[in-house]
Amino acid sequence: MIIDSFILSLKNLKHRGIRSWLTLLGIFIGVTAVVSLISLGNGLQLAVSSQFGISSTELITVEAGGITGAGPPGSGAVNPLTTKELDAIEKISSVKRATRRNIAAGKLEYNDRVVFGYAASVPSGDDRKFIYEQLGKGAVEGRLLKDSDVGKVFLGYNFYVNKVGLDKEIISGKKVLINDKEFEVVGILEKQGSFIFDNVVYMNEKDMIDLFDLGDKVDIIAVQPVDKNEMDKTKADIERVLRRIRNVKEGEEDFVVSTPEASLASINGILAGVKAFIVIVAFISIFIGALGIVNTMTTSVLERKGEIGIMKSIGARNEHIFMQFFIEAGLLGLLGGLVGALLGTLLGVLGTQGINSFIGADLKPNIDFMLIFFSLIGSFLIGALAGIIPAMRASKQNPVDALRG
Amino acid sequence: MKEGENIIIELKNVYKHYHMGENLVRAVDGVSLKVMEGEFVAIMGPSGSGKSTCMNLVGSLDVPTKGRIFLDGDDISTLSESDLAQIRGKKIGFIFQSFNLIPNLTAKENIMIPMMFQGEDVYIRENKAEELLKLVELADRGNHYPNELSGGQRQRVAIARALANDPEVILADEPTGNLDTKTGHIVMEFLEKLNHEGRTIIMVTHDPDLAQAHADIVYWLKDGKIEKTTKKKNGWSKTGKEKLRELKEERRK
Ligand SMILES: Nc1ncnc2c1ncn2[C@@H]1O[C@H](COP(=O)(O)OP(=O)(O)O)[C@@H](O)[C@H]1O
Ligand SMILES: [Mg+2]
Repeated sequence: MIIDSFILSLKNLKHRGIRSWLTLLGIFIGVTAVVSLISLGNGLQLAVSSQFGISSTELITVEAGGITGAGPPGSGAVNPLTTKELDAIEKISSVKRATRRNIAAGKLEYNDRVVFGYAASVPSGDDRKFIYEQLGKGAVEGRLLKDSDVGKVFLGYNFYVNKVGLDKEIISGKKVLINDKEFEVVGILEKQGSFIFDNVVYMNEKDMIDLFDLGDKVDIIAVQPVDKNEMDKTKADIERVLRRIRNVKEGEEDFVVSTPEASLASINGILAGVKAFIVIVAFISIFIGALGIVNTMTTSVLERKGEIGIMKSIGARNEHIFMQFFIEAGLLGLLGGLVGALLGTLLGVLGTQGINSFIGADLKPNIDFMLIFFSLIGSFLIGALAGIIPAMRASKQNPVDALRG
Repeated sequence: MKEGENIIIELKNVYKHYHMGENLVRAVDGVSLKVMEGEFVAIMGPSGSGKSTCMNLVGSLDVPTKGRIFLDGDDISTLSESDLAQIRGKKIGFIFQSFNLIPNLTAKENIMIPMMFQGEDVYIRENKAEELLKLVELADRGNHYPNELSGGQRQRVAIARALANDPEVILADEPTGNLDTKTGHIVMEFLEKLNHEGRTIIMVTHDPDLAQAHADIVYWLKDGKIEKTTKKKNGWSKTGKEKLRELKEERRK
């Protein structure tokens, strides 16, 4: 009986006008939002988390800023960190290693074309090894820098694949002008999957200090704790030391010490907010969609009064009539959901591609077949639920009244 | 009562009244009649005399305000709505003036629907529908939608649909009312044929010639009351009675 009702309902749907299809817009929009959010949302999360690259698992970062309000790294915060803080942090017992990192905005010229971007310093000695380990990968072309290199740089992957706005890709052996000073390219860092690394020019700390006239200014202090599981304790130690050196009270810090967990948590917090918003929008549209289905089904019960009478005159029981309208409503919902799931998936794929080309990452859209399956089941149920009252009205229709029209 | 003649439908002092605002409409006003198995009955009367209301009561589509209706010996007022639907679908085939096919379904699908409600297997439905299409000489129109068929063809599809569950009784409410004389004649021939096969036919019409030409017995209705009853001189058609007996024996097996 159910299969028969399905077939009958499908036949009726086939003959429905544009008006009915328009009422599916709500469900359609809702499902599109949910599916695209999820197939993209996880991508977004990956994209954002990947920005933490080096520091994501083992490093505590220290930057100037905080309540005094400072810009991004390299923008010249009011009271920058210096090697004095670096040395002090290095002496803390819970700190295994503190590494100076400088990041500066600059201009790069190659083949008569100019691009603006960031240069990052690479420390020497043991710290260099450590940083390279963190980068995880070696050179895809040429080599990385050594302590003895002067006037040399290696470049992020996007220079190699010509995604930084130059008219030509760069390989090792070429010369580039950085802030009008000539540097030799020794190699290309393997792809990291984020523009934070792939769009950057890397040079030895000494060259960096000279070129940008940094003196003892430090942009970021990358701290490796003795015990990875004691991040928070190390963080507290650093904060205590820095408050003393910089002479600030607790709660008025002009520096920020971030542990990877905290950073990820704040990113996830923002993402959760965005998601919650989209989910609310989705639920509202689905609710409106359900009302739309109630409305079309009620109309079609009235329009098909005669048909109900005929059905009853040829032996339809109330359950038959109920089932037919109930399933028809469910199928309406399912259709909205189907289109929504398809479009949502498409948006997820396109969005991921958008993110990829924007930040130079290499993310895959998160196509979750369970999600699609459940959103289809859900759409059917929402439609069917919306159809219950109209279907009950249809089934209770007096056949004689129905036949008289 | 003659031997072997069963009452298939009986109306005992049946009333159907409607309230239209302040007015009371006595659509059926104290009708009693018996329909024998295998009979061709005509209910005759002018428009508004209560013929359709009578028909709907007989077909258990409607319940009387007062009085009792028996179908195959069962008092239909004691049956549940669901049982009524089941019985209606199984024992009665309706034919309407305006054909009443379901527009979204093809001719063949229309014929299959009553069998669906009886829970017949889909293969049986298909075969039976094709058989019935052949019977009403529309074998090549099975996949046509009602709006692609002429009035006469639609009514033949409706006849085929009425026959789908092999009912004992055919109720035809002005079956030729929307047809021209010639196609109306074809439809009447089908009804005659069904009667000759032993089926009970109750036909509503306002056309006295049609009633007298085909029916064994004619009830003349006026203002919801039976005004007079006329019978064909030679009673039932012989062939009909003989066929009926054969049919019964076959069923007994
Ligand atoms: N549902 C109803 N509500 C009110 N009046 C009705 C209803 N059904 C039938 N009638 C009235 O009952 C009378 C008989 O109707 P009907 O049985 O359709 O007559 P006929 O079929 O002989 O033309 C008419 O006056 C009609 O208006
Ligand atoms: Mg009538």
